[in-house]
Amino acid sequence: MEFVIAGVTISPLLLAGIGFLVGILGGFFGVGGGFIGGPLMYWAGVPMNFVVGTDLAHMTGKSIIATRRHRAMGHVDIKVGLLMVISSIVGVEIGARMIEMLKEVGSVDVVVGVTYIAIQVAVSLFTAWESIRALRIKSAGGTAAKDAVGFQSFTKRIHSIKLPPVISLPVSGIESISLWVVLGVGLFTGILSGLLGIGGGFVRMPLLIYVMGIPTHVAVGTDLFEIIISAGFGTITHALKGNVDISMALMMQIGAAFGAQMGAVATRFFSGPRIRLAFSALPLIGAIMVITRLLSG
Amino acid sequence: MNKQKLRILARTLALELAGYGLLVAAYAAFVAPRLEKPLAQLFNNDNLIVYAFAGLGLIVVQGLILDAVTSFLVSQLHLDRLSPADKEN
Repeated sequence: MEFVIAGVTISPLLLAGIGFLVGILGGFFGVGGGFIGGPLMYWAGVPMNFVVGTDLAHMTGKSIIATRRHRAMGHVDIKVGLLMVISSIVGVEIGARMIEMLKEVGSVDVVVGVTYIAIQVAVSLFTAWESIRALRIKSAGGTAAKDAVGFQSFTKRIHSIKLPPVISLPVSGIESISLWVVLGVGLFTGILSGLLGIGGGFVRMPLLIYVMGIPTHVAVGTDLFEIIISAGFGTITHALKGNVDISMALMMQIGAAFGAQMGAVATRFFSGPRIRLAFSALPLIGAIMVITRLLSG
Repeated sequence: MNKQKLRILARTLALELAGYGLLVAAYAAFVAPRLEKPLAQLFNNDNLIVYAFAGLGLIVVQGLILDAVTSFLVSQLHLDRLSPADKEN
């Protein structure tokens, strides 16, 4: 089929297949999946300037479906999502300004690339280490299996910060937490998004779990809710620059819809630590892709 | 989950995927080409503000429709009705 806007001819079934694969990842791990969807689209022949914007557009639609499914299972904390969006927007702007400063110094690629790799490897190793630890605690019979966390002392320390205003997050089972912690997590993820040009699901999911103490299943659903807003905003800005092929995004969304449902339903059959252990491999894939890009110049 | 249930689930999933594949093929053949032309017109006429918001609107509306369709398909897989014993603890 010819996609007139992007000016390419690609099999619509191939696009739906890519959407299906990314949909499963998104529904299960609560990530946008841009790290794998983007390269696959490029490989399928989508021009680079259309890859990011079109991927964001399909991500918006896919996240709506996955979020609705997670919400039906009680896995979305809307309050956390909305609060974090506010500080994320500020963070994205700070990150974008940091890029401009780096451009003046002339070292954007190296600084961004190395920061990206360091963060991804750290997130991956930490999540793997923690989830294995949690699985051991679980098998020793010490904790309720559904959401054993092998790093609770840090979360407790964060919860003990009572800097006003203090809020409660009933959906996430958190009695009291400083609003500044929630906003801080959003700001940090926003800075990384603006600086590294990523959706942030990679980093946000672990932060929601380990810093804020949100159960894994709720973290996945809440992350997806936030992706709707951030990817929707990104779709508009990229479309205004003429970098989105909506017909292509709609085709990908068809495949992603079923994948997202399957991924979301699958979370019901795995405990929190097992989801986190599987998740730990994802940042490494992203890091390998960046290393390859840096080495190939 | 025992082996028999897993086999039934895999068979149902394969059937659902085949059915969904047909729906995708029908969409690619009949719906997508009809959307392509008006969207391309908006894009080529430099009407990018309308194009951006119409595009996002289409994504949201299609998302809601697909949610209903795929929810129905998932319910046909009986995933929602598996007993807690079938889930990993």
